[in-house]
Amino acid sequence: MPLLAIVALAAATFAFRIAGPLFRDRVTVPAAAERLLASAAAVLLVALAATSSLTQGGGFSGWARPAGMLVAGILAARRLPFPVVVLAAAIVTALLRLAGVH
Amino acid sequence: MRIAWRTTDRELFRDVALVCLADGIVGVSFGATAVAGGLPWWVPIVMSLLVFAGGAQFAAVGVVLAGGSPVAAVAAGALLNTRLLPYSLAVADVTGPSGAGSGGAGRRWLTRLLGAQLTTDESVAFALRHTDPAPRRKAFWACGVSLFTVWNVAVLLGVLAGTVVKNTAAFGLDATFPAVLLALALPTLADSRTRAAAGTGAAAAVALTPVLPAGLPVVAALGGLACLWRRR
Repeated sequence: MPLLAIVALAAATFAFRIAGPLFRDRVTVPAAAERLLASAAAVLLVALAATSSLTQGGGFSGWARPAGMLVAGILAARRLPFPVVVLAAAIVTALLRLAGVH
Repeated sequence: MRIAWRTTDRELFRDVALVCLADGIVGVSFGATAVAGGLPWWVPIVMSLLVFAGGAQFAAVGVVLAGGSPVAAVAAGALLNTRLLPYSLAVADVTGPSGAGSGGAGRRWLTRLLGAQLTTDESVAFALRHTDPAPRRKAFWACGVSLFTVWNVAVLLGVLAGTVVKNTAAFGLDATFPAVLLALALPTLADSRTRAAAGTGAAAAVALTPVLPAGLPVVAALGGLACLWRRR
């Protein structure tokens, strides 16, 4: 990942952050646009979660990683604390690999 | 009549500490996975300082580690961060310098830029718990400054861990990556149409991964948004 890409992402991010204080009297985000952006972000996150857990280099990544993510997803849906969710994903996947499931 | 509910300093400290603990664990996992995936050690560190947005950092690095182009990585990260625009509007009253007598023009600008950089899901949530200006400001800055410190130290520790521990796969570290992304998406998935859009998009992205160049399947997933306009 080149430095230029990091700077570009940082600049875009900062633009969203400074827009509020700069334009708060002149700009309002329509509720519909805000909902669409929230949905788009969710679609992107879930698609990234699915591809990064199921695939590796264009092929299947094995069962251990998606299993860890699935357990984490269930715990997160049950509103368990974030550290528990993240650690559960690692522990489930590590245990499966230890048992020979890859 | 009860005066507007106020958290005491002790409660604020406790809640900020809990959020920092959670994000610290995520930060360690971010630094370690990025380095274990083959990125240079400075990438997660510089990114955490400049971008300072966990979800976008995970997304961008995820695209790159999957072999995607830097352009796709920046696009994915920037799209996730569009939510910071409504956030920054919502807390615009506290991110800047406080009223009169807080230094010269240069210093006021510095405060404004710093406050903007500290705008995250967490600091905004802390600010929005209050309506009075003073506690609002205090909660925002306490959370923002603590989180910025903890996040960057945690990523640094993760980078060190990822460099020292050769076989991070044995510890299941790679599974924390999709787990964080999924957990971040969950609150929005309460809406059934968004859930349908996300499910459709994810299925399409996985199906397209063997055929499309890396990075593009995730962008193609946005086609799932068409589900938002179907009838309930």
